[in-house]
Amino acid sequence: MEKTGIPSLEAIDLHCARGERRLFSALNFTLRGGELLRIGGPNGSGKTSLLRIACALLEPTRGEVRWAGENVRRLQEEFWRQLVYIGHASAIKDDLTSAENLRVACTLAGIPVQPARIGEALRELGLGGCENLPTRVLSQGQRRRVALARLALSEAMPLWILDEPFAALDAGAVERVQNLIAEHLARGAAVVLTTHLETRIATTLRIDLGGS
Amino acid sequence: MLAALRCVIHRDLLLAARRSSDVMTVLLFFVIVVSLFPLGIGPDPALLRTIAPGVIWVAALLASMLALQRMFASDHSDGTLEQMLLGATPLGMTVAAKVFAHWLVSGLPLVLISPVLALQFDFPQELLGVLTLSLALGTPVLSLIGAIGAALTLGLRGGGALLSLLVLPLYVPVLIIGAGSAEAAAAGIGGQPQLLLLGALLVFAGAFAPWAVAAALRISAE
Repeated sequence: MEKTGIPSLEAIDLHCARGERRLFSALNFTLRGGELLRIGGPNGSGKTSLLRIACALLEPTRGEVRWAGENVRRLQEEFWRQLVYIGHASAIKDDLTSAENLRVACTLAGIPVQPARIGEALRELGLGGCENLPTRVLSQGQRRRVALARLALSEAMPLWILDEPFAALDAGAVERVQNLIAEHLARGAAVVLTTHLETRIATTLRIDLGGS
Repeated sequence: MLAALRCVIHRDLLLAARRSSDVMTVLLFFVIVVSLFPLGIGPDPALLRTIAPGVIWVAALLASMLALQRMFASDHSDGTLEQMLLGATPLGMTVAAKVFAHWLVSGLPLVLISPVLALQFDFPQELLGVLTLSLALGTPVLSLIGAIGAALTLGLRGGGALLSLLVLPLYVPVLIIGAGSAEAAAAGIGGQPQLLLLGALLVFAGAFAPWAVAAALRISAE
C-alpha cells in the first residue's frame, strides 16, 4: 500500500511533569502512516498525559510534537481536522440517544455524515436496535461502543488517538474494534493507543512508560 | 462550520428540553425574587414604581448567575468539552453558539416574563417596552460575561461562590445602564442613550467574550 500521502507524527525530546511528579522525560518517536504506536505502562505512569500532549490538549513541560513537520500547538484546527481522539471520558450525553450522540460527535469533528451511515456504524459495533434509546439506559460497555462507533465513520482521518479503547468492552466488541483499527492501518493511516490488553494487531512501535 | 454551530445550538436546546427542570428553576427563581419585593415593601404604588426597574434587573442578574455554572460543567465532566477543544471549528465560534443556546434557555424566558412581573409594581404600561428591550439587550451581555467566569472556574472545588465573586463586579455596568434606561424613561427623558450603550456593550461582548472563554477553556483543560 502506498503510504506517502499521510504525514508523520513526531515527538521530539518530550518531557512531562504534573505538579512535582516527573512522568517521563526525553521521549522521542516518529510514527508514519500505516503504523501503530502502543503505549504501555502501569496506572498513573503518564499514558493519558502523553496522548493529551500528542493531541495538543496539554502543553509538554519541554519538547514538542510535530505533525507533518509542524508543531501541533501551532497547527491547531488544521491538525485537529485530521485527528480522531477518543479519550478516557466517552463524551456521551445521557439525555441524547445513541444516534444523536454519534451525530453530534461527528459534526463537531467536522465529519459530514448521512443519517443512514450513523445507523450502519452503530450496527457495526453491535448496537443495532439501540439507535433511538437514550444512552442513560445503556450499560457502561454499550456507551463505550457508542463513542467508538465514531471510528467506523472516520476512515478519512489520517490519525486516530485512542485512550484505552478496549476498556469495558466484551470480547466480541474488542474484536470489532480491533478490526476497525487493523483496516484503518491497512488504509495507511496512523493509530496511537493505550491498552493493557494483548492485541493481535501488529504493533510497529511500543513505548513503555514508568520504570523503563 | 455552520453545520457544527447549528449542531451545537440544536444539541443544547434538545438537552434543555429533555431536562426542563433546570430551565424552570431559573425562571421560577426570577419570578419569586421579583414577587418578594412588593410583598415585603407593602402597597405603596409610588415607591414600587420607582424601584421596579432596579428590582427586576437585580433579580434577572441573580437568576442568570444561577444558570451560569451549568454552562460548561456537564460538557467538562463527560468529555464533550475535550471534543469541542479538538473540533474542526474554531473554539471561539463553538463557544459563541453555546452561549447563544444558553441565553435562549436561561435569558430569553426572563425577558419574556418581565412585563408581566412589572405589573406587580404598577409599572406604567407605556414604559414596559423600554424595560423589556433593556433586558433583551442586557441579558445576552450577562451570559457572555458570565461564560468567561464559568470557564475560568471550571473544575474547581467551590467554584460556585468564586464564580459569583468573579462575575458580579463585572455585571455592575450592565446593571447600572440597564436599570437606568427604564428609570430615565420613567423620568420622561427617554431611555435611548442607555439602550444604545447596552447595544454597544452587546456588540463588544459578543465580539470578544467568546475568544476569552475559549482561552480560559484551553487553560482549564490542561
